[in-house]
Amino acid sequence: MTDSKYFTTTKKGEIFELKAELNSDKKEKKKEAVKKVIASMTVGKDVSALFPDVVNCMQTDNLELKKLVYLYLMNYAKSQPDMAIMAVNTFVKDCEDPNPLIRALAVRTMGCIRVDKITEYLCEPLRKCLKDEDPYVRKTAAVCVAKLHDINAQLVEDQGFLDTLKDLISDSNPMVVANAVAALSEIAESHPSSNLLDLNPQSINKLLTALNECTEWGQIFILDCLANYTPKDDREAQSICERVTPRLSHANSAVVLSAVKVLMKFMEMLSKDLDYYGTLLKKLAPPLVTLLSAEPELQYVALRNINLIVQKRPEILKHEMKVFFVKYNDPIYVKLEKLDIMIRLASQANIAQVLAELKEYATEVDVDFVRKAVRAIGRCAIKVEQSAERCVSTLLDLIQTKVNYVVQEAIVVIKDIFRKYPNKYESVIATLCENLDSLDEPEARAAMIWIVGEYAERIDNADELLESFLEGFHDESTQVQLQLLTAIVKLFLKKPTETQELVQQVLSLATQDSDNPDLRDRGYIYWRLLSTDPVAAKEVVLAEKPLISEETDLIEPTLLDELICYIGTLASVYHKPPSAFVEGGRGVVHKSLPPRTASNESTESPETAPAGAPSGEQPDVIPSQGDLLGDLLNLDLGPPVSGPPLATSSVQMGAVDLLGGGLDSLIGAPNFVTPPAATAPANLGAPMGSGLSDLFDLTSGVGALSGSYVAPKAIWLPAMKAKGLEILGTFTRQVGSISMDLQLTNKALQVMTDFAIQFNRNSFGLAPAAPLQVHAPLSPNQTVELSLPLSTVGSVMKMEPLNNLQVAVKNNIDVFYFSTLYPLHILFVEDGKMDRQVFLATWKDIPNENEAQFQIRDCPLNAEAVSSRLQSSNIFTVAKRTVEGQDMLYQSLKLTNGIWVLAELRIQPGNPSFTVSCP
Amino acid sequence: MIHSLFLINSSGDIFLEKHWKSVVSRSVCDYFFEAQERATEAENVPPVIPTPHHYLLSVYRHKIFFVAVIQTEVPPLFVIEFLHRVVDTFQDYFGVCSEPVIKDNVVVVYEVLEEMLDNGFPLATESNILKELIKPPTILRTVVNTITGSTNVGDQLPTGQLSVVPWRRTGVKYTNNEAYFDVIEEIDAIIDKSGSTITAEIQGVIDACVKLTGMPDLTLSFMNPRLLDDVSFHPCVRFKRWESERILSFIPPDGNFRLLSYHVSAQNLVAIPVYVKHNISFRDSSSLGRFEITVGPKQTMGKIVEGVIVTSQMPKGVLNMSLTPSQGTHTFDPVTKMLSWDVGKINPQKLPSLKGTMSLQAGASKPDENPTINLQFKIQQLAISGLKVNRLDMYGEKYKPFKGIKYMTKAGKFQVRT
Repeated sequence: MTDSKYFTTTKKGEIFELKAELNSDKKEKKKEAVKKVIASMTVGKDVSALFPDVVNCMQTDNLELKKLVYLYLMNYAKSQPDMAIMAVNTFVKDCEDPNPLIRALAVRTMGCIRVDKITEYLCEPLRKCLKDEDPYVRKTAAVCVAKLHDINAQLVEDQGFLDTLKDLISDSNPMVVANAVAALSEIAESHPSSNLLDLNPQSINKLLTALNECTEWGQIFILDCLANYTPKDDREAQSICERVTPRLSHANSAVVLSAVKVLMKFMEMLSKDLDYYGTLLKKLAPPLVTLLSAEPELQYVALRNINLIVQKRPEILKHEMKVFFVKYNDPIYVKLEKLDIMIRLASQANIAQVLAELKEYATEVDVDFVRKAVRAIGRCAIKVEQSAERCVSTLLDLIQTKVNYVVQEAIVVIKDIFRKYPNKYESVIATLCENLDSLDEPEARAAMIWIVGEYAERIDNADELLESFLEGFHDESTQVQLQLLTAIVKLFLKKPTETQELVQQVLSLATQDSDNPDLRDRGYIYWRLLSTDPVAAKEVVLAEKPLISEETDLIEPTLLDELICYIGTLASVYHKPPSAFVEGGRGVVHKSLPPRTASNESTESPETAPAGAPSGEQPDVIPSQGDLLGDLLNLDLGPPVSGPPLATSSVQMGAVDLLGGGLDSLIGAPNFVTPPAATAPANLGAPMGSGLSDLFDLTSGVGALSGSYVAPKAIWLPAMKAKGLEILGTFTRQVGSISMDLQLTNKALQVMTDFAIQFNRNSFGLAPAAPLQVHAPLSPNQTVELSLPLSTVGSVMKMEPLNNLQVAVKNNIDVFYFSTLYPLHILFVEDGKMDRQVFLATWKDIPNENEAQFQIRDCPLNAEAVSSRLQSSNIFTVAKRTVEGQDMLYQSLKLTNGIWVLAELRIQPGNPSFTVSCP
Repeated sequence: MIHSLFLINSSGDIFLEKHWKSVVSRSVCDYFFEAQERATEAENVPPVIPTPHHYLLSVYRHKIFFVAVIQTEVPPLFVIEFLHRVVDTFQDYFGVCSEPVIKDNVVVVYEVLEEMLDNGFPLATESNILKELIKPPTILRTVVNTITGSTNVGDQLPTGQLSVVPWRRTGVKYTNNEAYFDVIEEIDAIIDKSGSTITAEIQGVIDACVKLTGMPDLTLSFMNPRLLDDVSFHPCVRFKRWESERILSFIPPDGNFRLLSYHVSAQNLVAIPVYVKHNISFRDSSSLGRFEITVGPKQTMGKIVEGVIVTSQMPKGVLNMSLTPSQGTHTFDPVTKMLSWDVGKINPQKLPSLKGTMSLQAGASKPDENPTINLQFKIQQLAISGLKVNRLDMYGEKYKPFKGIKYMTKAGKFQVRT
């Protein structure tokens, strides 16, 4: 007796008969009938018509029958929402059952019924189950929250289930913790912005404890969650790594790969000199190798990930070349991946072995694989220079086999070898020419034509060869046509006497008889060139070509770094960031590797840098002045003041607007040179605040007297946004001149040239005083530092915020735009010391509403120190007096556009708070 | 997480579907069928297939495709591992995993699948636990159930599920207490034309069959644990103890399980127990080719090599072969061009050989590719890596169990290029 009996049908009609059986009095018959219904369901038959009859069987003590009915309900409740309500009572009752298995079953099934009306009834039982005494029920309930969230997210938030779920992360049972993490991760995926998994050292610790005790699947959830955490320093990173490493010995490959992800990510923070770093590297290799002895499907995913890992850290697997050797009965998808990794690992040390293998593969049966193997030989030649000769001779051997597709592939890669090592292997051209007739693929034909054109002077019958191609010009693909055109022009320039006719023929074919615009235009260009200035034509067409670079298919470093964060996911299989394929772009958060921190500066991570520091991003709002001036004297002794310090009553929004307007008109009228101090704009407070905070940020050593404060370089243009060009920069002022210090890094794979820079109009008329001079082309991964002098004579336009500067940088790839905030103090001129009398007079003239007051806390400097420090940044002390035990400093400064700013600093000795009044 | 599962046979029929979230139309499988058509052989169907709204992840085992549908970013290894676990569970429940068996037990299959995943999250995948929840069908039970009306479904929460040892059920009782361990090693090797080793590695496992009463705590130690530098453990093994003392300490699951798998890499010298002498030649002019292979023992530590089977995929141009073996039987399938020679035992005094001619398509040029020879063999009572168990001790229970250890070496992917 087997279940296949449930599939037999009778003449009367199955549904009819089942209906009768379901309503039978006999328990046994009922159960059999439900089984038949389930059997039909599994093969995709529609048995939804039996809904009421099946639901009637739900009230039963028989657990199997109950489960079967639940199975049915989950499948069909959605199609019969009204009927599904009938089941609610039983569910609610089951949620109170003394047997935890039944309680869990009920809450689990209820969550699977995707009917709005039912979900309302689900909330109360779910709340109870989340607090159930039995961990089995709790862990089932945790998953149920995720289900409910999928059906009705709002409801879950309103009912506070998310908080309960977060509490479960601290549950005593590891299985509950794992399920809570899984549920939260799934919910978080649909709400990328919500900070559901708020990871901190405490919660991390709990997760790491649960990691050791929960099931293998739970371990995957926890590891994936850990990977999103950024440790605060390298010590924390190391301690997490130490606790994750045992997972590398797990039998479940998904656990292993998730652990690898965590380690690869956190390793980024460890110093390479650390002993532990080396140990970790060694520990990573064996588990990766073991993954390759698993089932082919697992191997495939593992190989795709290893491909990334090898690109990021080739040292891990450099000795393991042999495990990537292809077995002849590997599935094709495994073979192709292995081949790719073999090339990546190829080095001078192992090239002989690799070549022998590749040659072996080139005689296999599978055409795709053979082609790739031949190509791989070419790539080896380009990658390992010492092996080039052997590679070429191997390729020649393969050409001798005369297997058509092998020959064609070989010719394509030999072309690349010529481009890498010109004038070295041209002796083989004769052999290549012998196979001219057998080439029928466009790529191979184009490659061959390129070779003939490039080396026309060494091939006696080059004209004949090219002429033979010309006969069927219009039947060729565009690739071949373009190549043929160029080759014949090259030939003509090299041997003008014999080939005049030929070149005219091809030019007329290309320009008159072709409807392909590319071909036609290229034809015209050559034609004009040749007819107006043959010398120039020679220089253009026969110009020296740059060598092709080593590896052409490497993933760009920034993308690679992102993908490393996605090890083990679909993104890693496709080698694309999730944003490129996740549906609707939802849940896409760019991940990036944590920055490496040296052990001694571990306390200051980028996140805690002063908020006012110039950064690449343009702030949306002008921060409140009080806030910024609070930062102003905040020396780097402690963390920044978090709450805004006292903003005194004299700061009024009205005044700000007024002054904003006033300043606007001032800047608009450049002739108006000596304004009264009344113009000291409150509105300057914001940018100035940041400038001043930087000024006070000076530590004793850093150029305290020699020049004005220089902010550390910040990333202005991330490589991700600029096709691989990364720009870091800062502004400096030195002896009267302002300059912009830039650091350009090429993170793309191609060489960058032709740099130029331009500023948009800005508040102070900043403009480059000289062109951007990058002398040599910037090759991949190269960095260049330069200083660009600035003048303040450019055209003026008020920006918001005032010190915003929009910059455009151009190179041979594209034009990139970014904006940055410059610190105002670079605009403080050297002759900013006002005469005491004038100061007094102007101070009195300033209307009250132009006055602004700020308090600066936690600044333990005395008046002299402050004074000298400010002076180094061209803020001058005009007068000093002591009133009621407080030091009063009167300061003045002048901006490049002639505006004066006056300030009074009140310093109370012993009390590290300054009061600044800026009129 | 895992949305749905479809089981598809090699002729492209969906014979079972299961959904853990909303129902996904089976039309999604059309993308799979397309990929199946593109791949010439079932083995070559790529395991990850994107479709506009879903991803299909599949494994191919026992001539059945297990296709999982996922909708969000889920670790593919997670899904594939799970699918393999499903197959293992079916095999464990029904002895074999095949289309007819699954169809015969469709309700149990359905119940088991429901128990394994909840909302796409794995719930219970340990077969010890599953068997307590859903009892595997036996003829006896079916009869009893029909008479008494009892069920296959356990109505108690499996005790192991939440304990510290989730893999073991409580209340285990045996009259004969026994623990058997099989050390099985497979050699994967590629040997080149001239007989030298290109790459060789050993995949070893220790499979256990433990039938012990109560909660036994076992320790297993090795004579030469240094061999094991790349290991994967069953969750029951205490990792700390291994790290510090190189001893396997564990509370075993009940019944059959894989305690440990290990990998002895190509960098260690691997002994190759057999060699193949071959002479396969085609001539341009003649439509006859010569074929001769001899198999002999190499480094076998004095043990007998048995169960030897030689297979080789001959080039397409070979029409037929006329061969004479010195021992065993051979077949050649002119359609698939597969040559298979069941050798049996190797007698070192009289080496088995297979000689004869191949007839080729008249007039065709000689084949480009050389056939690769695939070898299977077994050596009893030998672990080729040299791994040896030192002793097995039991704590926590009073009785004296019967202990046994067996060694075996097998060929894994053992290939000889010609």
